[in-house]
Amino acid sequence: MRILFTSTGESWDSVIDPRFGRTEYLVLYDEESDSLSVTDNRSAKNEAHGAGRATAKVVSDLKPDILITGNGPGGNASGAIKGMNMKIFINAHNLTIKEAYDNYRNKKLTEL
Amino acid sequence: MKEIAIVSGKGGTGKTSVAASLALVAGMEAVIADCDVDAANMHLLLRPDFSEACDFYSGEIAVIDKGMCRVCGKCMEVCHFDAVTLTDSYAEISAINCEGCGYCSYVCGSSAITMVPAKTGVVYESNIRSGSKMVHATMEPGAENSGKLVFNVRERAADIARREQKGFTIIDGSPGIGCPVIASLSGVSLAVLVTEPSVAAIHDLLRIVEVIQQFRIRTLCVINKYDINRAKTNEIKLLLANMNIAHVCDIAYDSDIAKAIAAGKAMSESGKRGSRAIAELWSKIKAVYG
Amino acid sequence: MTNSKYIKIAVASGKGGTGKTMLATNLAALISGSTKTLLVDLDVEEPNSSLFFGGNKSPAKTLFRPVPEWNREKCLLCDICSDACRFNALIRLGNEISIFDKLCHSCFACSELCPQQALPMKEHAIGELTHITDNNLTIVEGRLFTGEEQSVPLINQTKELSETDYGDYEVKIYDSPPGTSCPVIAAVKGCDLVLLVTEPTPFGLNDLRLAYATMKKMNLPVAVVINRHGIGNGEVDEYCRNESVEIIAKIPYDMEIARICSDGGLLLEEPGYVRPLLESLHKRLIEITNCL
Repeated sequence: MRILFTSTGESWDSVIDPRFGRTEYLVLYDEESDSLSVTDNRSAKNEAHGAGRATAKVVSDLKPDILITGNGPGGNASGAIKGMNMKIFINAHNLTIKEAYDNYRNKKLTEL
Repeated sequence: MKEIAIVSGKGGTGKTSVAASLALVAGMEAVIADCDVDAANMHLLLRPDFSEACDFYSGEIAVIDKGMCRVCGKCMEVCHFDAVTLTDSYAEISAINCEGCGYCSYVCGSSAITMVPAKTGVVYESNIRSGSKMVHATMEPGAENSGKLVFNVRERAADIARREQKGFTIIDGSPGIGCPVIASLSGVSLAVLVTEPSVAAIHDLLRIVEVIQQFRIRTLCVINKYDINRAKTNEIKLLLANMNIAHVCDIAYDSDIAKAIAAGKAMSESGKRGSRAIAELWSKIKAVYG
Repeated sequence: MTNSKYIKIAVASGKGGTGKTMLATNLAALISGSTKTLLVDLDVEEPNSSLFFGGNKSPAKTLFRPVPEWNREKCLLCDICSDACRFNALIRLGNEISIFDKLCHSCFACSELCPQQALPMKEHAIGELTHITDNNLTIVEGRLFTGEEQSVPLINQTKELSETDYGDYEVKIYDSPPGTSCPVIAAVKGCDLVLLVTEPTPFGLNDLRLAYATMKKMNLPVAVVINRHGIGNGEVDEYCRNESVEIIAKIPYDMEIARICSDGGLLLEEPGYVRPLLESLHKRLIEITNCL
């Protein structure tokens, strides 16, 4: 599984960014290869319009199976994400990526 | 760090007064964000020192190099916003009509049109009289109030709060239901609605709740001037109960509050009744977080 | 020059809750006693004017603006459209073109630049228009659908319809949205006079300053109405004197007014002093607009 987190930083210890569209980083964990890769998304916050959609495009190119975030995509992005064939788990606010991943494995996160 | 947004839908319900009062009661615990950037007011009560200022750009605007223009008229043809007029020797672009879509610059055969960032306001980081910090902004008259300026104010406040290890950011949200209010609300930890017992405020309350619920944000409600129309106050209480929104506090209509605000003071500084109500509200907000 | 028979007045304010809608509704009700009057609610995010009038609303007429629609069969995925869109309304996700109507500014660039004609424009609903007629008074209301972010196209269309469908109304009053940003510009553009409603407090003065700067930038004649006169200080008076702006009326601070308005009532009967106050305001409006 390829699991994508919205994140405020670049490592396992970074805290989840509760925002989808204007998330600072996107951290991808590939379970098969046990590798972590990071996409800098800080430019999205400079989008005057449709940050959520700009982020959705980045997410689509990363092709994750699972997305773990805080609030869940807003109205703008959810339409774009719907077609992506990806499960979304929310309410991971204030957790580190590591904790959010553990919670996901233990089925403690809410699926959207 | 928790972000708390104070919102109202309708203007004039006392949102800014409540937010500024909470700012004073919270003192060093909170950084303040005035996200009501279109006619910002909170500075009148919190008296920031405007210590740091920086220009803010949002979206783009078409600018023409008149010397390069060959007056082919293509830009005027494609513009759907009546922003282009032709003179004998060049095309002219009206800044106030330009939507920033870039269509004219895309079709210009002589590359005379470039899209440049549009200055839409100034953002300030200030020290305020509670001892804490506040981020606020002014907007250029007639500028587009996209969510971006609002979001920038909010994010800077949150950055300061995180850096200085504050427990809260208190956001004075925008009125209405459009872009700016969405930018002040998305992703906050708690929304506090300030309403009043009137037909217009109830009408607007229902519209803003619809927006809040799209974002699944936990919500509390304060009824300001509850005693000017008790029948309407009861109507609001029923509506809140049906929408599962906790009604946490009533603030009485009080000429002391009106006078205090007219003198540039917050509700919490207006006398016993006002200060008690704000103290109660703040303790209810903190109780949400245990 | 304005045709002396027809006047268009915008009622605006820097800040919400100053009494803009109160003034617009009561003024419209008063003037309609003698003249065919149209009240147009352009505060489309939160339209409140019609709450103050009885009568049945007409069936809602949906208003639209054009947005592109993707034709998958014709598309070659050449990316011209996604390069042209500066609003992230149209993005390419893999082999799909994703269009998000709410973010589209209806600039037509993607549609007209597409070499395959794979992006014809279709109609996207943004809000609705209703009207209530009561003798000489008609209220036209634009109402933005919740979740729609752009109010300007709806304001423009509501205004256009108030011209084309209600041409014979001698007085048109536009209840404008609050603030100083683009929706306000759209609402007040082309009016003969803008009434700026404010209150005599530091808030009111600050908002009046911002609103007045915006109107000045647009070269629109302005007069000020002070609402809740008596709660604050004389700073607004002083400001108007210095800027040579006429204060056309002062409405006192009165609990009874607040109570009547909170129930959705008009002020032409009670309290008794409001009607004469509005009558002299009306008289002055006619004088001013005839001189313009």
